Amino acid sequence: MSGWKTLGWSMLTAALTGPALADVNYRAAVIRVDSSGPLPISRLDLQPDDLGFAGADLATADNATTGAFTGQTFETVNVVATPDTVSAEMAKLLDDGITFIVTMADAATTVALADQAGDKALLINAAATDDSLRGADCRANLLHVTPSDAMRADALAQYLMWKRWDAWYLIAGSHPEDEALAAAYKRSATKFGAQIVEERTYEDTGGARRTDTGHVQVQAQIPVFTQRAPDHDVMVAADHAEVFADYLPYHTWDARPVAGSAGLIPTSWTPAMEAWGATQWQNRFEEGASRLAQEEDFEAWVALRVLGEAATRTGGGDAAAVRDFILSDRFELGAFKGQKLTFRDWDGQLRQPVLLAADNIVVSVSPQDGFLHQTSTLDTLGIDRTETECRK
Amino acid sequence: MKTLAILLATSLLAATPALADRIFVTNERGNTVSVLDGDTLEVIHTIEGMQRPRGITASHDGKTIYVCASDDNLVRVYDAATFEELPSLPSGPDPELFVLDPVGDRLFIANEDDNLVTVVDVNTRQVLAEVPVGVEPEGMGVSPDGKIVVNTSETTNMAHLIDTTTYEIVGNVLVDGRPRFAEYTPDGQTLFVSAEIGGTVSVIDVATVAVAQKITFDVPGLLPEALQPVGMRVTADGSKLYVALGPANRVAVVDVASREVTDYLLVGQRVWQLAFSPDGSRLYTANGNSNDVSIIDTATDRVIESVQVGQQPWGLVVVPTP
Repeated sequence: MSGWKTLGWSMLTAALTGPALADVNYRAAVIRVDSSGPLPISRLDLQPDDLGFAGADLATADNATTGAFTGQTFETVNVVATPDTVSAEMAKLLDDGITFIVTMADAATTVALADQAGDKALLINAAATDDSLRGADCRANLLHVTPSDAMRADALAQYLMWKRWDAWYLIAGSHPEDEALAAAYKRSATKFGAQIVEERTYEDTGGARRTDTGHVQVQAQIPVFTQRAPDHDVMVAADHAEVFADYLPYHTWDARPVAGSAGLIPTSWTPAMEAWGATQWQNRFEEGASRLAQEEDFEAWVALRVLGEAATRTGGGDAAAVRDFILSDRFELGAFKGQKLTFRDWDGQLRQPVLLAADNIVVSVSPQDGFLHQTSTLDTLGIDRTETECRK
Repeated sequence: MKTLAILLATSLLAATPALADRIFVTNERGNTVSVLDGDTLEVIHTIEGMQRPRGITASHDGKTIYVCASDDNLVRVYDAATFEELPSLPSGPDPELFVLDPVGDRLFIANEDDNLVTVVDVNTRQVLAEVPVGVEPEGMGVSPDGKIVVNTSETTNMAHLIDTTTYEIVGNVLVDGRPRFAEYTPDGQTLFVSAEIGGTVSVIDVATVAVAQKITFDVPGLLPEALQPVGMRVTADGSKLYVALGPANRVAVVDVASREVTDYLLVGQRVWQLAFSPDGSRLYTANGNSNDVSIIDTATDRVIESVQVGQQPWGLVVVPTP
């Protein structure tokens, strides 16, 4: 927090017209569950200690700047937990009376936390992309700011169709979450008319992912693994567990682009993003965090801005008023995506454009032109009202 | 000034008014300013040597052009007659939009990254004050009497009213999402604030400092999220408000008295900022995604022509040809 600007007194004295000055303090928490898995394929992807929290701190500072005009103060507790400690940490937050909690955990843990919180807190999922969380496992007290696997797959599919790259070679990992992600791509292919001409599974056989001169083996293995596929336009990787996708580009048997979990990646954020005023967010973030922002940072920022926006618009409403406002159709949020973001009332998912990022740039942003919808073009991405399995 | 007035008068008297104007257009991506001749509507010059030019305005005598060079972190200054660059002004980091006070001595500049409005004396080139405002300050407007400068903050979603004598905030008005631009009516009684994400223009009653009404937009065949109000201009007689609707590729015409939208004019893609010709007979629009400027005849509210300029035109200002 210390890196961000504090406010001058002059602004505190100015009256806000409209809602009365409320003098309300909003307390929120971000709980991040770190599990001890193998290291990522690339050391560039090593997780910073403050992943997510740095975005949360920026949101709290932004909320406080606005709060200075409205008599509202904001406080956010950052908690690092493990799968073993998370339940106890959650209990502490609930006992402490915190009613707005951002979670950064896998799908199973997220559902468990939502059930633990019950009606004591509103939870915002800022990490788990699994469609099950928005479907059969949805919860009434759980919203999602991170785009679902289905939204990401649809975002990529629309762009690939726009490119007329409609013959896909799908490679999925062997973990259940990889299979779920592959299912999302298969659903997108059906939805937008692509053909999956070949499908293979990359078995995770364990072991260290990075070793000295490991590239020698990778260079031999990946071409062999990918050879003898039918003619295709693009390889789509479904590697939720982050085991192999980064090895695919430049190693594939056929000279085809890679998309999905490597290459052209559907994401909610990248430090390269500059459109719709994003540069100023990046600058603000980098000034405070002394590093580039990752997707988790942006999503934690969005999650806490949901609280800040509700606090402003309800004129300093209490926890119930804030929750009611967030869940109502009056809620909308600006978050550097070129249009207002709103929550789907059928599954609690935040509607949003999805970036398609590769290497150092944003290649495109979906929804693509020409993909139409009767209520919002954003609902061409992900599970629509008529398809949802959520019965919350 | 005297010669200017005479020039203007003669041009108005002519049977077919020849618009001896120059239009200066910032090209955000092109890193240039295109200069159009108002008569021929041809690009007569391109000023180079700046990074990410966005907000642009002119001294009240029309002789000096000020440009927010966002990535240079300063205000670049040009001679409107010769296009030569003059000494720059400090701006604070990442200047986006600014407004010149009615006297013409002070620029009020929004610094997006630092939650500040920087006040600069254009004569001494000194920073007079830095006023802390909300998150991501953007739009700047000034009351006709020069007593109040309005700043809009895009993430705080407020219009901040700043006293131009004390540099203190004297009022804050909550508006809809991502407020972009602030414009007073000439009588100073009404303040319009556009909200890009919210899709509305708030009509603020200056006397009570409260939102009296919100103007909404509706274009058949366009989804509501495409209707994003950005740049605005009120006619000199205060009768009409023009609102650029960004990705809707239209300029809305609003009857100020009834606050009703009376027309939508189809212009170029992603229409951003607007500027009148000095005599008010034309409105020029900067169209970011089609790299052109549309020209609207304000008597008939017809789009009469469009002219290609540089890459991603952002803002414009029109001055009488020196």
